[in-house]
Amino acid sequence: MTVASDKRRINLDALVIRFAGDSGDGMQVAGDRFTAGSAIFGNDIATFPNYPAEIRAPAGTLAGVSAFQVQIADHDIYTPGDSPMVLVAMNPAALKANIADLAVGGVLICNSDAFDKRNLEKAGYQSNPTEDGSLDNYKLYSVPITSLTLEACKDIGAKPRDAERSKNFFALGLITWLYDRPYQSTLDFIKLRYAKNPQVVEANTLAFNAGRHFGETTEAFESSFEILPSQLTPGEYTNLTGNMALSWGLIAASTKASLPLFLGSYPITPASDILHELSKHRNFNLVTFQAEDEIAAVGSALGASFGGAIGVTTTSGPGVDLKSETIGLAVSLELPLILVDVQRGGPSTGLPTKAEQSDLLHVLFGRHGEAPVAVVAAATPAHCFEAAIEAVRIALMYRTPVYLLSDGYLANGSEPFCIPDPEELPDISIEFATSPNKILSDGSEVFWPYLRDQDTLARPLARPGTRGLEHRIGGIEKADGTGNISYDPANHELMVRLRAAKIERIADSIPPLQVDDPDGASILVLGWGSTHGAILAAVNEVRKLGKKIARAHLVHLNPFPKNLSEILNRYETVLIPEMNTGQLAMVIRSTFLKDVVQLNKIQGIPFKVSEIKAALISLLDGGQL
Amino acid sequence: MAMIEKLTRKDFMSDQEVRWCPGCGDYSILAAMQLLLADLGVERHNTVFISGIGCAARFPYYMNTYGMHSIHGRAPAIATGLAIARPDLDVWVIGGDGDMLSIGANHLLHALRRNINLVIVMFNNQIYGLTKGQYSPTSELGKITKSSPFGSADQPFNPISLALGAEATFVARTHDMDRSHMQYVLNRAHQHKGASFVEIYQNCNVFNDGAFESLTGKENRQDKLLMLRDKEPIRFGQDARYGIGLDQDGCLRIIDTDLEGTEKILTHNEYQADPSLAFALSRLGASETEPRPMGIFRDIEREDYGAAMTAQHEAAQKKNGHGDLNKLFRSQATWQV
Ligand code: SF4
Repeated sequence: MTVASDKRRINLDALVIRFAGDSGDGMQVAGDRFTAGSAIFGNDIATFPNYPAEIRAPAGTLAGVSAFQVQIADHDIYTPGDSPMVLVAMNPAALKANIADLAVGGVLICNSDAFDKRNLEKAGYQSNPTEDGSLDNYKLYSVPITSLTLEACKDIGAKPRDAERSKNFFALGLITWLYDRPYQSTLDFIKLRYAKNPQVVEANTLAFNAGRHFGETTEAFESSFEILPSQLTPGEYTNLTGNMALSWGLIAASTKASLPLFLGSYPITPASDILHELSKHRNFNLVTFQAEDEIAAVGSALGASFGGAIGVTTTSGPGVDLKSETIGLAVSLELPLILVDVQRGGPSTGLPTKAEQSDLLHVLFGRHGEAPVAVVAAATPAHCFEAAIEAVRIALMYRTPVYLLSDGYLANGSEPFCIPDPEELPDISIEFATSPNKILSDGSEVFWPYLRDQDTLARPLARPGTRGLEHRIGGIEKADGTGNISYDPANHELMVRLRAAKIERIADSIPPLQVDDPDGASILVLGWGSTHGAILAAVNEVRKLGKKIARAHLVHLNPFPKNLSEILNRYETVLIPEMNTGQLAMVIRSTFLKDVVQLNKIQGIPFKVSEIKAALISLLDGGQL
Repeated sequence: MAMIEKLTRKDFMSDQEVRWCPGCGDYSILAAMQLLLADLGVERHNTVFISGIGCAARFPYYMNTYGMHSIHGRAPAIATGLAIARPDLDVWVIGGDGDMLSIGANHLLHALRRNINLVIVMFNNQIYGLTKGQYSPTSELGKITKSSPFGSADQPFNPISLALGAEATFVARTHDMDRSHMQYVLNRAHQHKGASFVEIYQNCNVFNDGAFESLTGKENRQDKLLMLRDKEPIRFGQDARYGIGLDQDGCLRIIDTDLEGTEKILTHNEYQADPSLAFALSRLGASETEPRPMGIFRDIEREDYGAAMTAQHEAAQKKNGHGDLNKLFRSQATWQV
């Protein structure tokens, strides 16, 4: 039985909330649970976890602040929101690092227990901001979260140090009440997740319920809010991060190709979760292999591809550098190979946990010799699923390495994934050679590994174990047809051109680029990768002002869709927002001799909707960027 | 039932012209391999040779089996993926001392410790041949080459010690002047389940001619080579006059049976779980007065990586059923709209 509250309930159409605390405060778990509860309730969701590279930077410092932002709404949304309307700050450092983003008038919940002299000093505050009036622009609630958590857990005999760990669940409970979120799923989650440690189950449950009751009974919160379920396309949904969607896409691709999947990987942020996820599903026809280094990771994947599996390697920037030589070999061997690059800030170690789109030129051109590969980029967390299947399709059909680009923002961000019917997913199986394909002048039948299909220019693949088709391949230049070593100058030029032409032929099998242009605009925003959500939201907002804007988003970056040239020439102005210094812009200019306007952000964090909107309005007003 | 045709060396020769320098030790290794595989009657289509870069790495082109000539140092890594994905294949890895102990040493060590089901054959000629004569990680200290005109200052690797240190389950050495011994060792390596490491002393007659002559030359073998035989006393020299025993400080010592008799001579045991004696034997030959052991240092059983992976796969299927996308997509909370 629930006691009906006599407090007011106010309806909201969307809510952006950010949980912020120390790396050890469990903010990612709190955010994740809040999201899951909202998803199950039927809201549209988009999340943005943002955490430091250090596992546990010194407690209480700015360097150690970890945050999780989520937008939930009763309608379609495309981003985790520009600025939070609610900020939970578990200590002064979390407040300092995040307060600038909180919307004026926003709700600010601070853990007053953590605002002691030491913590204030560590965060660089001269005086306590929750008391000195500096936060007057916000609706501030100072809640002694730590002591209330300890109080709630006092009867179960947990050491205070252990009980204190449950304070994230107190905060989550409070927010759950405040925004009228379902709570049963969180209670179930606590039971399941911490099943090995009954005391933790109990402490987290007590803290969570105490948080809810605190909201209910404290006079401070005079009203609660609700966000109704959204009207997504009908279907069955589950909440997926980009890394999970990508992993599932690879499994689906392997199933639909009826080929085993082999992942060779070396742990690296932010790609490791793909290795973790695939490792869980060993009951599928897949193997995961944690290699000794990035080079062995891609090498083992290539070896597995030679054996007839779908060889995959997953990595991020520094790993891409190391794999380049092997990718060149794969180009020469003309074997299928999937290279997943979850981009992060660079150069060098750069910003391991932050997002950037700065590897585009590297994956397009970063190998010695002329070594073209196909490139596919995922646009949203859920789209990673489809993009993975498409990458595998191209790799198998054209016997080529394919780069699948994601980034830190897509990898860790989540959104509802509409569960597809496996039967409806494309069949991407290919045929392997089973008999000789060439009759020599003496009448003998032989297998020529480089005798190409005239349509796709793909070579036949004979798996080791196939009787009578024994052959040798290698990284030395090969004669077209026989595949034997050849140093013939004319043959080399032919092979260089054939390898490039084969990649170009992929365009025959990809759909034309769709342009979203309902009003006949003269300005086109062209995006790729994770800028999708921010661009779409910005375009929608500008259209609401009665202005005309066209929008297109590239998934295939090599080769481009065939109609791209025609589309670019249809528009007076083409704006390319990118999280780099202008890499797609450079390729578009040099490929199509078409000038473009750049909008670049290189801060390790995604574009805000407002930033792209401002650029569009400025262009519409005839201004410059 | 189909007639099983007796295979010959020719069945294993590819149509490619062999392009090693005339007189190179690689020729005799190639012949030994082709003859052995014909003798064993292995299926050509189930046999794969993977190599890296270097003179030795051209080997796959000359074998009429499946093969891949890959990139410098990476053959053990590439072969690892192939062997895991395709446990049904016989996978051989061929490389030289530069390929496997310099640029690719890391992969060699990890393939050995993981016990990947591979036969790894390292041709050791103690020089870089293909790049025309620089010192290698097995060249002796002080070696004068184009890149070390004042003598190499690099302490060389002892490949057998290295393999034993890397937890290899099969470790052996042979040389290019003794075809029947090569075939014996390669055959045993091939029979071994898991990673086998075979070092073959190979003469590079262009850049390091005679590097092993003082050991493997016909007239020197009896005194300088110690042929390891399982369950037999470790003896060498004319009329097996000398043997290997243990000193009080734990080091090996040479026993002259004319003076001490035979009772203190150690017996070789290839299947000994503890690698201590194998390691001690691998150190022999460092000085002129010591013989260099040839043969199988170690051959122990340990589950190979591929078998462990297959077992995990089967256990997962037993527990969760065959992979089903519908189930995967609903492996966490879902909701209807
Ligand atoms: S350079 Fe030496 S190792 Fe290479 S083929 Fe010639 S003789 Fe043989």
